[in-house]
Amino acid sequence: MIQAPKPSHLQQLEAESIHIMREVAAQCEKPVMLYSVGKDSAVMLHLAMKAFYPAKPPFPLLHVDTTWKFREMIEFRDETVRQLGLDLIVHINQDGVAADINPFTAGSARHTEVMKTEGLKQALDKYGFDAAFGGARRDEEKSRAKERIFSFRNAQHRWDPKNQRPELWRTYNTRINKGESMRVFPLSNWTELDIWQYIRDQNIPIVPLYFAARRPVVTRGGDLIMVDDDRMPLNDGEQPQMQMVRFRTLGCYPLTGAAVSSAATLEEIIAEMLVTTTSERAGRVIDHDQSASMEKKKQEGYF
Amino acid sequence: MQTPDLSADTIEAYLAEQSAKDMLRFITCGSVDDGKSTLIGRLLYESKLIFDDQLSALEADSKRVGTQGGNIDFALLVDGLAAEREQGITIDVAYRAFTTPRRKFIVADTPGHEQYTRNMATGASTADLAVLLVDATKGILTQTRRHAYIVSLLGIRKLVLAVNKMDLVDHDEATYRAIETDFLAFAAQIGAGDVTCIPVSALTGSNITKTSDEMPWYAGPCLLQHLETVDMSDAGPEQPARLPVQWVCRPDRTFRGFAGTLVSGTLKQGDKVKVLPSARETSIARIVTHDGDLNQAHAGQAIMVTLDDEIDASRGNVICAADAPVEVADQFEAQILWMGDEPMLPGRPYLIKLGARTVPGHIAQPKYEVNVNTLEHTAAKTLELNQIGMCNISLDEPLPFTSYTDNRDLGGFIIIDRASNTTVGLGLINFALRRASNIHWQAVDIHKGTRAGSKNQQATVLWFTGLSGSGKSTVANIVEKRLTALGHHTYLLDGDNVRHGLNRDLGFTDACRVENIRRVAEVSKLMADAGLIVLVSFISPFRAERRMARDMLEAGEFIEVHVDTPLEVCEARDVKGLYAKARAGEIKNFTGIDSDYEAPENAEIRINTAEKSPETTAGEIIEHLENAGRLKPA
Ligand SMILES: Nc1nc2c(ncn2[C@@H]2O[C@H](COP(=O)(O)OP(=O)(O)O)[C@@H](O)[C@H]2O)c(=O)[nH]1
Repeated sequence: MIQAPKPSHLQQLEAESIHIMREVAAQCEKPVMLYSVGKDSAVMLHLAMKAFYPAKPPFPLLHVDTTWKFREMIEFRDETVRQLGLDLIVHINQDGVAADINPFTAGSARHTEVMKTEGLKQALDKYGFDAAFGGARRDEEKSRAKERIFSFRNAQHRWDPKNQRPELWRTYNTRINKGESMRVFPLSNWTELDIWQYIRDQNIPIVPLYFAARRPVVTRGGDLIMVDDDRMPLNDGEQPQMQMVRFRTLGCYPLTGAAVSSAATLEEIIAEMLVTTTSERAGRVIDHDQSASMEKKKQEGYF
Repeated sequence: MQTPDLSADTIEAYLAEQSAKDMLRFITCGSVDDGKSTLIGRLLYESKLIFDDQLSALEADSKRVGTQGGNIDFALLVDGLAAEREQGITIDVAYRAFTTPRRKFIVADTPGHEQYTRNMATGASTADLAVLLVDATKGILTQTRRHAYIVSLLGIRKLVLAVNKMDLVDHDEATYRAIETDFLAFAAQIGAGDVTCIPVSALTGSNITKTSDEMPWYAGPCLLQHLETVDMSDAGPEQPARLPVQWVCRPDRTFRGFAGTLVSGTLKQGDKVKVLPSARETSIARIVTHDGDLNQAHAGQAIMVTLDDEIDASRGNVICAADAPVEVADQFEAQILWMGDEPMLPGRPYLIKLGARTVPGHIAQPKYEVNVNTLEHTAAKTLELNQIGMCNISLDEPLPFTSYTDNRDLGGFIIIDRASNTTVGLGLINFALRRASNIHWQAVDIHKGTRAGSKNQQATVLWFTGLSGSGKSTVANIVEKRLTALGHHTYLLDGDNVRHGLNRDLGFTDACRVENIRRVAEVSKLMADAGLIVLVSFISPFRAERRMARDMLEAGEFIEVHVDTPLEVCEARDVKGLYAKARAGEIKNFTGIDSDYEAPENAEIRINTAEKSPETTAGEIIEHLENAGRLKPA
């Protein structure tokens, strides 16, 4: 008999992700997919469409909206959900809104904690989701590199990095007690380049902010911040300048640094990526604090 | 790094080249401090996978907590958890991806400490190759052997022995050769696959990404070159098709798709298949994907098939090539690596997850434990954390399976603790024990319902659980007398009495208590089958075993009576003088004193003999039996 051709590495990654998603759909009572509107979410959603075809993914999407997302992200989100005919739950931490938590007066760390981490926990508790897919990859950050694909969280949503369950082969232990949950990362083994290559191969739509365009920006603390709406307080003499920029990662616009770039196509983005010398999370203002910050946030329930 | 040309054509070519690369997953393992993290840091650094901001964070961390006197400490790059960086040890496996012009790699850096063996096994279970590090100044250590053993056990057939820190032994060939010889002898003993030995220095980079001038006596490839070129195509014969059904897709009434990952072989439209365990035969109608139907699917692909006949397949079934179906069995011999903090309890019901099926089962006392250092087989009563042993295991339901050597997905299982839900072990099936299929259940004309009916009752097990001295036997005794007076047929199994006979060989350790209850549960099941009302009066301190007893019977047959007399009262009564002895330390493992009692959460009946007389309580139990309809024929 002839040997079957070895699948390409993207095919291997795709199959692995689909296997993980099906396992959750078959084993967990009430799963949800965290949809953050970025490129990784776009890939994750595309994989979910494939995993369950011809059925729709048997779970809703959840977007934890901090109210400071780029406007184009919200438009893209609503359009995507409409086109694919999926259920979307948008959750906003109303306590945070009432307390007027925003990136400017509360600071980036507190804003993220209240609007994102707390908001996420609120939403998971409110709907009683027992498994939540996230698009995190192991190549993003050191503590991510240590996390299991099926990451157990106790009833307080805490991750215990020193006591993770063993994870053998692709035989995942999905069992939990009431109130506990799983965060599941189907893209764990993908790299940034894999994501871009897959987006290109599969023609996956992404938010236009990833492509370079002239956008109004100001320079703050070494980061180029886009002035996306008039809620952003400008300092004395600060004038938004139109510059050719793009984003390597998307989040709250006041907390997301743009990169000067002329890359307007996927090929150009990939070419740029191959010569860059900073990792993509460098664009996230919240990570500048200290190297253990992600691990700490994750222990507290952040994705 | 050279600045690539940014034109679309070159990118096109670059991406085509990336797509054509294959992927190799490997682990680094070995004893703590042999240099695993340093080696990976070096590989990532040399293959330009460290970004500027990561490098500056690394430089800052190196100054703060590094062990290299201010020089870059590459280990900090992979030791990603705060506790790891602070303690300078690796606790859990870290996964890193990197690419060279020839291959893509995912490397798992696994911890060296024995206490973290389960994390090492986690990394090994998805790897195709293992790089085993040895410190040239120390030679082969127990952990080196342990890791080599586990790696081979888990089926990794390609091993690299990287003899590290050659700089510390003046790059001496004799030192290297001695370690090489030593290891090859061990590898042969455990039947390890291909072994390649390379002398390296992770710290200086010698023989890592470039062959080193310092060791002219070594003519082989450097580590990276070996990883890039080692032949990973398994040349063995093509395996027959096996598709474990993971999820059933029913978007509407006309479509029924079976989704899963094809774990071996190929499947084509029209192929004849058998669905196990029902063994019904049909053929593949379509292979459905989002991008259109496929004519053929290969091992490793996540697919969905539809079948020509309406077959009621469900999750956990395995769709197989019709001429080579897998076997189905409920008893196996398996090698077990125990990963729970609490030791394995032979006889306790655990959950076994094999492929897409999770079923209750229990593990017998190990046939032997393997000493990974000397490879001796020694007798063992149980397996403790990180111990490896050979055990028989029996499941509540038969499952489709293969041996682990034939297929990792259908021959490897995990063991889950039912209370905590944690993964407490992994098992690798050797073969099925034929007992299950050979000893057919003798079909008889008179059955349980007939027997119980002729006694004007329904088969019932009244299970009294509670502390010593709580009043179980007193109450059970009165209940039995009254039932007999009412003309019913009963039998009372009393803990003390059974320990004089059937269970004479058992002590009071947790393992013995589990076995004690398992036997009693089996006996009460037989007696229930005889149509009797069985009264079981056993302390039975653990929830898991009481649940096992309950699960053996049909719905309604098992009635749990929690004799919930407070410990102080039982101790004050101390009819047999046992509490006094336990307090004095003369009896070990006494329930309530130095051994746990896990109170029932949902007992059908709860009584407290401190509050009511035994006669009143017995009356309540009879009333419960009447109300539940147990005292008349079905
Ligand atoms: N001289 C020398 N030291 C090394 C070499 N490789 C690692 N080390 C040192 O050995 C110690 C343990 O290394 P580490 O990578 O943390 O070991 P791990 O526990 O296996 O991950 C560190 O101080 C390293 O700098 C080597 O090739 N030569």
